[in-house]
This record gives sequence, structure tokens and C-alpha cells, in this order.
Amino acid sequence: MSNKIALIISNEYYMRVTKKSFVILTLLTPILFVVVLVLPALIMNIGSDSSVKTIAVIDRSGLYREAFTDRDDCKFIFVDDDLQQARKQHSEVTGFLYITGDLTDSLQTACYYSDRQPNSELMLDLRKQLSKYVNQKRIDSYGIPNLSEIIAESTQRVKITTVKWDKNGSEHLTSSSIAEMFGLLSALLIYMFIFAYGGMVMQGVVQEKSNRIMEILISSVRPFELMMGKIIGIALVGLTQFAIWVLIGGITMAYILPAFMPETQMSSAESVAQLSAMQQNNEFQEIVTTLMGINLMKIIVLFVLYFIGGYLLYASMFAAVGAAVDNQTDSQQFTIPITIPIILGIFVAIYATNNPDSSLAFWCSLIPFTSPIVMLVRLPFEVAWWEIVLSLIILYLSFVGTTWLSGKIYRTGILMYGKTPTWKEIWKWARYN
Amino acid sequence: MLIINNVSKSFGQKRALDHISLEVPDGIIYGLLGPNGAGKTTLIRIINAITAPDSGEALLDGQPISLENAAQIGYLPEERGLYKDMRVGEHVRYLARLKGLSDLQAREQMNLWFKRLDIESWRFKNIEELSKGMAQKVQFIATVIHRPKLLILDEPFSGFDPVNADIIRQEILRLNREGTTVILSTHNMESVEAMCNRITLINNGRAVLQGDVQQIRQQHRKGIYRVVRTIDGEQVEQNVQKLPGESNNALIQRLVAEGEISTFEEILPSMNDIFIQTVQS
Repeated sequence: MSNKIALIISNEYYMRVTKKSFVILTLLTPILFVVVLVLPALIMNIGSDSSVKTIAVIDRSGLYREAFTDRDDCKFIFVDDDLQQARKQHSEVTGFLYITGDLTDSLQTACYYSDRQPNSELMLDLRKQLSKYVNQKRIDSYGIPNLSEIIAESTQRVKITTVKWDKNGSEHLTSSSIAEMFGLLSALLIYMFIFAYGGMVMQGVVQEKSNRIMEILISSVRPFELMMGKIIGIALVGLTQFAIWVLIGGITMAYILPAFMPETQMSSAESVAQLSAMQQNNEFQEIVTTLMGINLMKIIVLFVLYFIGGYLLYASMFAAVGAAVDNQTDSQQFTIPITIPIILGIFVAIYATNNPDSSLAFWCSLIPFTSPIVMLVRLPFEVAWWEIVLSLIILYLSFVGTTWLSGKIYRTGILMYGKTPTWKEIWKWARYN
Repeated sequence: MLIINNVSKSFGQKRALDHISLEVPDGIIYGLLGPNGAGKTTLIRIINAITAPDSGEALLDGQPISLENAAQIGYLPEERGLYKDMRVGEHVRYLARLKGLSDLQAREQMNLWFKRLDIESWRFKNIEELSKGMAQKVQFIATVIHRPKLLILDEPFSGFDPVNADIIRQEILRLNREGTTVILSTHNMESVEAMCNRITLINNGRAVLQGDVQQIRQQHRKGIYRVVRTIDGEQVEQNVQKLPGESNNALIQRLVAEGEISTFEEILPSMNDIFIQTVQS
């Protein structure tokens, strides 16, 4: 019996992996992904005006000459003329910044004139430069020594670290934001996997029904074996595809992406990195300690178990839908009942990040349709072992049950030409071997 | 070999099979006839353990049919299907292995059959590329590759040109000579006459006619004779109806009066006529 399942698994796997469309899609998707990632950077690089801009400053107050220092991409000239006259005389400049007076006076304004739509990046730069200068001047005007340092010191960011005691009273750092990130990320992964490959299972079953090969199959193997083989075979296809993508993604990140990154962006990124180095270092340490606190190995193992269990359960539901309907168009509308529990699971997961010990989170992490998503979110908050074991047992048992049921529906479906089977009939079929 | 005992099967209100009984002895070719929707396919599915009867039983060599002994059956369904994405060779091997052959046995048998039907060059083709007749041949091989003791063929000749239909016919006869029992479900009455030893005619779920093909034709004889005579120096061929109670000799004497008889033979009704007559009555 298990021999036949193995045979079906290998056939389903081999048949799909050797398909041209599989090879093309597997290789094309990461390329598309890279293009989406790299293209904006490339376009920005090409599109950015590398020529040096010149801006004429007409400063009626005469206070702001020092606010503007020339940079690599932007030069300033100072003009004393009337705006219209300056326009005639200096046709070579990119634009005119007209300052009507002392900007600390709310009636006075700074206004930028130009022939073309001004570049928003440039405007941002000008505004920053000017307001920084005005602020500094204001601070200086109070005449208090070292005032800038005092202000810098007083703007202290306050952080609350959360520490959780375990039973022995030793301390564990926790972080709800990391748990949230982790939970939602894995929920998204599971969701994507379920729909991509669960859909493939459904399609495969519908195809078998519509091209009538099932009459031959069903007289050779049990429907349960057929369904089990199909679901597991396609899971392996999905894992293969994921593995290839992760590999390509890794290579791209390591070698290809840096080559495309424009120099200037790198340098600005570096400066940002330097600025917040201290802060980041702290946060990084926090992530590490938090992860250590929630036991990385345990999380990874459980993630894999829930990921696979979740896929298997939903794939068997997709198989049941495929077995019950006659054609591809019908199958689409029947997938809605499958979608609802997943979406529900995601909502409960979001709620559970804030209330990991609530009864809603507890029950949804036991119910197999939501447990793969909800339990993953709860994991960082020290869930009792018996809860995890129980929820895994329920999840895998439901998978076997649904697969068995979908096998029965598959067999019954052969004889149901557009007729809905009654529960009595389904029960009769379920007992028949 | 196969015994169907009082089998009934209903779908909702519709009674597909109504107390059908039949016996297929070892080594014969058994015809399963009937108009569309008569219940033939349902009966075949019961024999294949695809569906269960509501009442009655189907026994293969005295054992109720289940998946375990269904491996001794080869089934060619009427509506054929193969995985479009698979190569011919892989597909045949896969189906053979699902029927319980080892990988080696599957390869050996496949090579044998590919040679026999002269389709070795198709081995690496995709099923998708095959024409209907070609796919049919592949399906035939997949049906017989595990050397089943009982072969159930539902319309095996549909989709074939006359040449290939004859090739398949010869292969069926060869398998039968080698000891395979064959159940043939078909609307092609000529092949029933040519191939089947016994038949069951099903109509509206009931077995309305059952028995040996030659005996059935004898039973349905209508006393029609083909007569060739020379009348006034000309050859005349006629079909003549015997009068009720008239003996052959009396008929010949009646005919001889009009001219010299060169041929006199009885015309047995064709299975086609018997089929139509039985179903319409």
C-alpha cells in the first residue's frame, strides 16, 4: 500500500518538475523579482539629473547668505536685483529662491521660482538647509552658552524593555514587535504556499476527473492513496521550487544586487548607517537576545511542522473540492469556503500578537484551520508544551481525515453526473472499500 | 471465472441495474450488449470494484471483487484518458506499476508490446502529441500490460481506422487464445458475431437476452432462404420466406417448379437485427 503511495508521489513529482512550464516559471520568477527590485534603482540612476544646478538666491533680508553652501550637485549665486530683472539677466540658472525678509517673522516668506516644475528632492534639500540655519540662529539668539548641546541631550528617546519571568524566575527578554513580524511573515509564507500548491492539487484532481484517467486509476489504487500521493508529490514540487528561489535569491543578494546599487546611494546609505549605528547596534542585540529568549531551534522546528501541516490540511481540502466539482470553472467558486478560514486565521493572528494568552488565541491555535498561523504568532510568548503537541496532533489528524474524505468524494464523484450526493450516499461510500 | 449474482444498483430514482445475473466461463469472449444508457457501464464499474452494487454480488474466481483481486482485471474504459504531460513510455510504465508489476517487469512487458504494435518510435513522445487513434493504442497496451486474467474492453475499436481496428482485433484474439477471458462491450454487431462466444443483452437495466451467439441466431431464425435459380435462361437471386409448417423439401419443390436451383441456403438473422428487434419489443 505505502509502495503505491510512493509510486504516485514520485510520478506526480517527476511529471510536474520535468514540465517545460515548471522550469521556465521557476527560473523566470526570481528574474522578474530581481528586475522589480533593481529597476527603480537603475531608473533613478539614469533619470537623476547629474548636471550641476545653479540656484540664484535673492535675499531681501541679507541674513541668509551663510545658509547656502555650494555642494557637488548644486551651486548658489547671490543676486541683488528685482525678481523680473534677475530673470532676464540670469537665464542660465535652474531657479530663483526669493526671500522676502527675516524668516522668523511669520509674515515673511521664501519662494522658489523657476521655468520648470521643480524637483521635489531639491526642494526638500533647500527647505532643510534653510530651516536648520534659521533654527540654529534662533538658538544662538538666546545667548545661553552650550544651548545646542543641552537641547540635544534633552531629546532622549525612552524605550521600555519587556522582560518575562519563566517558572524558575530567570529573566527572558521579549519583544512583541519581533513576534508580530515573525508571526505575520510566516503566516504570509504559509498563505502563499497553500494557495499556489493547494490550487495545483485541486487542478490536478479536476483534470484527472475530466480526462477520465481516474477510472483506470481507481481500479488500481485506493482513492486515499491517490490523494495522499498527489498532495505529498505536489508539496515536494513546491518545496523544490522554493529551494531554488531561495538559492537564486541568496546569490542575487550576495553578488548581483551590489553591482547594480548606485554609488551615491551606497554612500548615503553608509552615512545613515553611521548616524544610527549606535541605535541599530542596540536593536540588533535586542533581536538576538529576544530570539535566544524564545529558543531559535524550537521555533524553526515548529515553524516547519506547522508550515507542512497547514499546507497538507488545506491541500487535502482543495483536493476534496476538486473531487466534488466537474470542471475548472466550478472549482473556482468552491475555493471561497477554503479561503475564509485562512483569512480568519490571519486576523486572529494579528489580534493574538497583542493578546497571546487570550481564549480566542488559545482556541484558534487548537482549531486545525487556523492553528498553523495563530500558533506561530503565539510561539514567542512561551506556549505550554501540551498545547503545542495537542494542536499538532489535531492538525495532522485532520489532514489524514480530510484526505480520506476527499478520496471518498473522488470515488463517488465518478458516478455523480451533475447530481449532488446525499449524506446517506456519502456515508455508504465512506464504508465501502 | 466471473459470476454476477442478482446485482441491482440505483442512482436516486433511476434503477441502472435490475437483478442482473450472468456467468462468464474461463477462456471465452463474452459480449455485453445494449443500447446507450442500458446500464452496461455501471455493470462494468461494479466488476472493476469502482462502485459497489446495492444488492447482489460480483465474484471473481469465487472471491468478492475488491482492489486486491482487481489487479487480475484489465479495464479499458469507454471514455479514455491519459496524463497529457507524460511521455508515452513513462505513462505505460507508471500504469503497469500501479497494477503491481515491478519496474523490471514493466519495462520488459512494455518493450514487448511496443514492438508488437510497432510503436517503438513513440516512446519519448508526449501523450499530448498523439492522435486519437495513437493514444488509443497506448491505452490498449496499458490495459493489457500486466497480463490480466480477465480483460474488460468498453468499445475497444472506436477511434481506430480499419487497419488498426483489425490489428487490435487480432491482438484480442491472440490474448484470448493464450487464455485470457475477455468481456467485450460494443455496439459493433459485426465484431460481436465474429468474436463473441456468448452474450448478454441489457436493456433498461435488465438482462433481456442471454446465451450462445450461434444458438441465439438459431432461435431467432425466420425461415428466410437465399435462393439462386435459373429462370428462362437468366440467373435470379431471391430471398424466400418459408410458409408456416412447410418443410425444407416442400419449399424446394415449390421453388424447383419455376426453375433450376443452383444455391439454397438459410439466412440466419444478424445480431444487428436481433439487437434492434429485442430492444424495440
